[in-house]
Amino acid sequence: MDLHALTPYTPRSRPARWLERRLPIVGLVHSSFIAYPTPRNLNYWWTFGGILTFMLAVQIVTGVVLAMHYVPDATLAFDSVESIMRDVNYGWLIRYIHSNGASMFFIAVYIHMFRGLYYGSYKEPREVLWILGVILFLLMVATAFLGYVLPWGQMSFWAATVITNLFSAIPVIGEPITTWLWGGFSVDSPTLNRFFSLHYLLPFMIAGVVVLHIWALHVPGNNNPLGIQVKSRQDVLPFHPYYTSKDGFGLALFILLFAWFVFYQPNYLAHPDNYIPADPLQTPAHIVPEWYFLPFYAILRAIPDKLGGVIAFGGAIAVLFFVPWLDTSKVRSARFRPLYRQFFWILVATCIGLGYLGSQAPEGGYLLASRILTAYYFAHFLIIMPLLGFIEKPKPLPTSISQPVLTPGAAAAQAPPGAH
Amino acid sequence: MRRGWGNRAAAGTLAVLMGLGLTGREAFGQEGDAEAVDPPPDIVVEREGEGEHAGEDDHGTPHYPLEKPERIAWSFDGIFGTYDAAQLQRGFQVYQSSCATCHGLGRVAFRTLAEPTGPYLSEEAMRAIAAAYQVPDDDTGELRPGRPSDYFPAIAPGAAGFAAVPPDLSLMAKARGVSPGFPGWLIDGIIPYQEGGADYIYSLLVGYHAPPEGEEAPPGLFYNPYFVSGAYIAMPPPLFDGAIPYADEAIPETVAQYAEDVAAFLMWTAEPKLTDRKRIGFQAMIFIAVFATLVFFTKRRVWRGVEH
Repeated sequence: MDLHALTPYTPRSRPARWLERRLPIVGLVHSSFIAYPTPRNLNYWWTFGGILTFMLAVQIVTGVVLAMHYVPDATLAFDSVESIMRDVNYGWLIRYIHSNGASMFFIAVYIHMFRGLYYGSYKEPREVLWILGVILFLLMVATAFLGYVLPWGQMSFWAATVITNLFSAIPVIGEPITTWLWGGFSVDSPTLNRFFSLHYLLPFMIAGVVVLHIWALHVPGNNNPLGIQVKSRQDVLPFHPYYTSKDGFGLALFILLFAWFVFYQPNYLAHPDNYIPADPLQTPAHIVPEWYFLPFYAILRAIPDKLGGVIAFGGAIAVLFFVPWLDTSKVRSARFRPLYRQFFWILVATCIGLGYLGSQAPEGGYLLASRILTAYYFAHFLIIMPLLGFIEKPKPLPTSISQPVLTPGAAAAQAPPGAH
Repeated sequence: MRRGWGNRAAAGTLAVLMGLGLTGREAFGQEGDAEAVDPPPDIVVEREGEGEHAGEDDHGTPHYPLEKPERIAWSFDGIFGTYDAAQLQRGFQVYQSSCATCHGLGRVAFRTLAEPTGPYLSEEAMRAIAAAYQVPDDDTGELRPGRPSDYFPAIAPGAAGFAAVPPDLSLMAKARGVSPGFPGWLIDGIIPYQEGGADYIYSLLVGYHAPPEGEEAPPGLFYNPYFVSGAYIAMPPPLFDGAIPYADEAIPETVAQYAEDVAAFLMWTAEPKLTDRKRIGFQAMIFIAVFATLVFFTKRRVWRGVEH
C-alpha cells in the first residue's frame, strides 16, 4: 500500500506555496480526492456516487447549450426543440444526450439509494449524509419534472396540468396556490416560462448540495460492504489511484450503456405522444409520467381520496428522511442481517411492482394491487424496519475490514459474508 | 471471495432497474388504449365510445389498435441502418400524389430534400420542387414561389374537405408507437427496434378492410384495425394499385410498395439525422468500449497485489 499518498499535501513549487498560503484549495482537493483514506473493500456499487456527479455535469453542460436555442413560449417551444433537432449543428446529439441523460441519472440514483439501504449507509454517524441525499433526490425529481414540460408536447403539457393540479388538493388555499403556480388560470406560457427558469436554477442548487453531500461523506468517511468502522491504516487505501481507477472503470461501462440509448434507442424511454405539439383541448388517451416517476404515480392513484393521494405521494419520499431512526438495528450491512436482507429484496420487488402498476390504468386488479403494494411500501419503513432491530439475530461481525481481507480463513470461520 | 455476492447482486439490481425503465416503456406504448384516462385529480375526460365495447377484455374496455402493426424490414433499421435515397424519392412522390392535399409537412425545409443522407435530390430538382410551391413571404406576407430555405407551406383550413386540418406529417413516424406487450418491449430495447412509427404508418395504409360481419361503418368513416384511436378512421383509403407511376420499372406499383415508400419517407422527415446518428454512434461505442478496456487494465494493474 502506498502510504505516501495518504500524507498531506506539501506544495513544492514557489507559485504553489504562494497560493497555498492564501487559498489552500489545492490542498483541499488533495486531501479530498487524492489522499482521502477509503475503505479497501468497496465494491462496484460504490461507483455510482462518481457516476452521479458525472451525470450532473453532463446535464448541466448539455442543458446550457440547449438553453441557447430553446424558446420558453407556448407557441414557440415545440418548434424551437424541433429546430434544435434539425438545424442546430449536432443539436440532435445534444438533445438526445440531455433527454436520455435524465433517465440515466435516475437509473444511477436509484441504484445509489438502494445500495445505501442495503449496506445501512444511513446509520450513525452518517444521518446527515443520508438526509442530504434525500434532499438531492427531491431536487432531482423537481428538476426532471420541470424539464419534461419544456418540449411542450402533449405529455409535457398534460403532465404539467396533472401535477400542478395536485396543489389544488390543499384545503382552502389550494386553488389560489395553483393559480399562482400557473401564473394564470391554466397551464400556459407563463407556466412554461417559470418552469424554464426553475429548470435552469435547480441543477445549480443540486451542485451546491452535492458539495455538502461530499463534505458530509468525508467527515465520517465511507461506509463499506461490511458496515464496520475503519479502525487502522490497514483498512484503507488512498482514493487515488485505487478508487479513481475503479470508479473510472464503472463510469466507462455506464457511459457505454448511456451511449446505447443516445445513439440506438433515443426515444425508447420517452413517450411517442410528446412528438405531438401540446393541445389543451385534447387529452391523451393515457397520461403517464416518465418511467422514473411511475412508482410514485402508482402510490398517488392508489388512494381513493385526492388529498390523501397527494399526502401518500409526498409521504413516500418524506419517509426516507426518517430512515436513520426507523432502522433500530445496530448492524449496518445487510450481509450480517439475514432477515433484513430478505425484506430488502421484497422492497425492491415492491418498487418495481409499483412502477409497473403506475403504467397501467388504475382499475380492477391493478388498483387493488397498487393499494396492497403502497401499504407494503409504507409498512416496510414504518413497521418492519423498526421491529427487525429487536427480532433479528445478526451474524457475528468481523473484527476489522482488513481482517477478513488479509486472512480469509479467519473471516470464513467468523462470518461468511457471501453465504446465501 | 466477496466477488461472488457482488456479481450476482450486480446482475440482479441491473435487471431491476432495467425492469423499471422498461415498465415505463410498456406504458408508453399504450397510447391507443381507449380506456378511461388515468383519472388525474380534477381532470375527467369523456372518451367517445367508452363502455360500448364493455366486456371485450379483462378491463371492460377495448384495446386499440385492434391489430398490432406489421414489422417491415427497413433499410434504416438496426445498428448500421441508412436511408435508401431512391426509396425516399419514391416516398416523396407518393406523399405529393396522395397525401399532400390534406397533410402538411411544415417542419421540412425544401433544402433538406437535397441532403446526401436524405432523398438526395439534385440541386436543380430540389429548387424546381421549391419553386412549384406558393409560399407566403416572411416580410410582405404575399405568396411567391418557394426557395430552398422555405418550408412546405401549411394546409389551409377546409382545403382537405374537413372542418379540422388533418395532422401535419413531419413528425408522424415518431409520434405513433404501439407496444408489443411483455416481453416484446424488453427484446425491442435490445434489438434495437425503433421503427414502430414507420411500421404503424405502413400498416395503417394497407390496413383498410370491410368492417367485420354485422358491423357497418358510420357515415364518413372507414374500418381500419390498425388505427390507433378506434376501429374507424376518417381518412379515406389514399392509395390504389397503379395510381402512381414510378420511373423505375423494376419497382412494383402496388399499395404495399407505395405504403412502404411513403412510410420510409416520413421516417426521414421525422428523424432526418438518423444516418448520422447511427454512424457516429458506432464510432462512439467502439471508442468507449476500447477506453473502458484500457481503464479496466489500468485498474487491474493499480490493484495488483492489493488484497481487497
